[in-house]
Amino acid sequence: MRKSFGGLTATDNLSLEATRGEIHAVIGPNGAGKTTLVHLLSGLLKPDAGEIMFEGRDITRLSAPARVNQGLARSFQITSIFREFTVLENVMLSVQAGQGHSFRFWRPAAKDESLRAPARELLERVGLGGRMDVKAGNLAHGEQRQLEIAISLATGPSFLLLDEPMAGMGLEESQVMIDFLKALKGDYTMLLIEHDMDAVFALADRITVLVYGRAIATGTPDEIRNDASVRAAYLGDEASGGTV
Amino acid sequence: MKDVIDLKSPANILTIIVVGLCAVVPFLAPALGEPFYVIVFARIMVWAIAAVSLNLIMGYGGMISFGHAVYLGIGAYAIGILAFHGVTSAWIQWPVAIGACAVISLIFGAISLRTRGVYFIMITLALAQMLFFLSVSAERYGSDDGLNILARSDFGVSFFSLEDNMTMYYTIFAFLLASVFVSWKLVHSRFGVVMRAAKSNETRVQAVGVSTYRYRLTAFVIAGVMCGIAGLLQANLERFVSPDMMNWPRSGELIFMVVLGGMSTLFGPVTGAFVFLMLSEILSTWTIHWHIIFGPFLVLIVLFARGGIAGLLTPRASRE
Ligand SMILES: Nc1ncnc2c1ncn2[C@@H]1O[C@H](COP(=O)(O)OP(=O)(O)O)[C@@H](O)[C@H]1O
Ligand SMILES: [Mg+2]
Repeated sequence: MRKSFGGLTATDNLSLEATRGEIHAVIGPNGAGKTTLVHLLSGLLKPDAGEIMFEGRDITRLSAPARVNQGLARSFQITSIFREFTVLENVMLSVQAGQGHSFRFWRPAAKDESLRAPARELLERVGLGGRMDVKAGNLAHGEQRQLEIAISLATGPSFLLLDEPMAGMGLEESQVMIDFLKALKGDYTMLLIEHDMDAVFALADRITVLVYGRAIATGTPDEIRNDASVRAAYLGDEASGGTV
Repeated sequence: MKDVIDLKSPANILTIIVVGLCAVVPFLAPALGEPFYVIVFARIMVWAIAAVSLNLIMGYGGMISFGHAVYLGIGAYAIGILAFHGVTSAWIQWPVAIGACAVISLIFGAISLRTRGVYFIMITLALAQMLFFLSVSAERYGSDDGLNILARSDFGVSFFSLEDNMTMYYTIFAFLLASVFVSWKLVHSRFGVVMRAAKSNETRVQAVGVSTYRYRLTAFVIAGVMCGIAGLLQANLERFVSPDMMNWPRSGELIFMVVLGGMSTLFGPVTGAFVFLMLSEILSTWTIHWHIIFGPFLVLIVLFARGGIAGLLTPRASRE
């Protein structure tokens, strides 16, 4: 795939593959084009060239909502939730979206058990069970990140695109998230964008290193750890505190 | 979404007073020797229906239409033109008025909803002004001077005639209550959830698998039709239609009523229309320069009372 913004090539002849059930991590310094990749895969951006195949189908031309309905859900690096809604209402909307069209004009959605029950169950699972009636905007940052994932999970996906789920989290919160993603492993195929190295090496089956929109290496965590070009271009930077 | 039926909040007490007044004015006003207030209240209620319909898309859907009064005009002209050609049956007039509003709002919505923000405001304004100029140039139907309507819509039954002013008044009152009730049902339905969510964070709504366009367009049409009903009621009430009904200042006034009363509150537009029109009515009897007082007042309300009158009257703690 290729994508440019004006003169800047954010995705440069990038080719990626994720096998069912695996966690494929994408790491790379700030500005490497990781978020752009997630936008391309989720349909928020259209590639200049290349194609996206999902479960044997070409989804390059599908709109973002249509891709979600095929089972491809995403989360956002910058928390994207409905701040005025309660935590439960946030997740209920996703459940609702997964149940087909919303051209239902009369019955109150808030009391609909077919929305509440799955949403409640999911929130228990992500550890927000005690916070369901809090307004999402009033949650702590770590909780908002959990809600971000919960909203995506509630659409009933088979493939999750996670854009830096640990962004802005403290050590403890990160560990909770890592454990949570570990628990999800196997049930979902995941493309995990992250630059918390501990998280990546703990979770990933395969890692792709992205620099200036280009994949400079792909392999197992061990292969990546020992790859000379990666060490030079990226891991070395991190050791000296170069990345954010 | 807080419940609206908290009877202790000052905002709701004001609502109850306004709605209560609307209910009894046909008896109260003549008794107090001010029969003139019956028509004033009937007008207020028509505007309130239009404001409720605008609030549906603006307050709950984030679509700031600057051309909403055009549906008042379409609803009214449908009555006026049909009456002009001798068609007075309500069973023809009303479906035509509603159908015309549905078709026009579908077209206008389909065009304008492809844009956002300032562009949306400008396009809704431009489309509405197009029809305004069309009505101005329609010499057959009175151009600028408007069109008199000789007879109100005829339902063809003896027990219900809009020619009776009491019946006319309470028909408007019933439609006002119905418009608020319909809004309330819509806003809390699955459809309403999508609408409110799209206002809050449209990208996220798309990212959970909902293409927002169809829902926003549907809301736009529902609001257009609801406003068209206000228009057909206005034509009947005044026995008169004119291009001025759908000129852009009317659309601006509708926005003001909604903001004044409190956006995205159910009864806000009703109290907004009431305060807006009563104030202009009262101030204009004091001085011909009443706009000098009215303008700054509106600015102050918008600046210092975010959430309008409803916000002003709601205790900070429960505002969440
Ligand atoms: N909408 C856009 N318009 C112009 N440039 C963009 C846009 N989005 C991203 N970029 C640029 O593309 C590059 C990659 O950005 P991004 O994908 O956000 O990187 P990452 O997520 O890896 O930090 C950056 O140089 C960024 O400035
Ligand atoms: Mg990024």
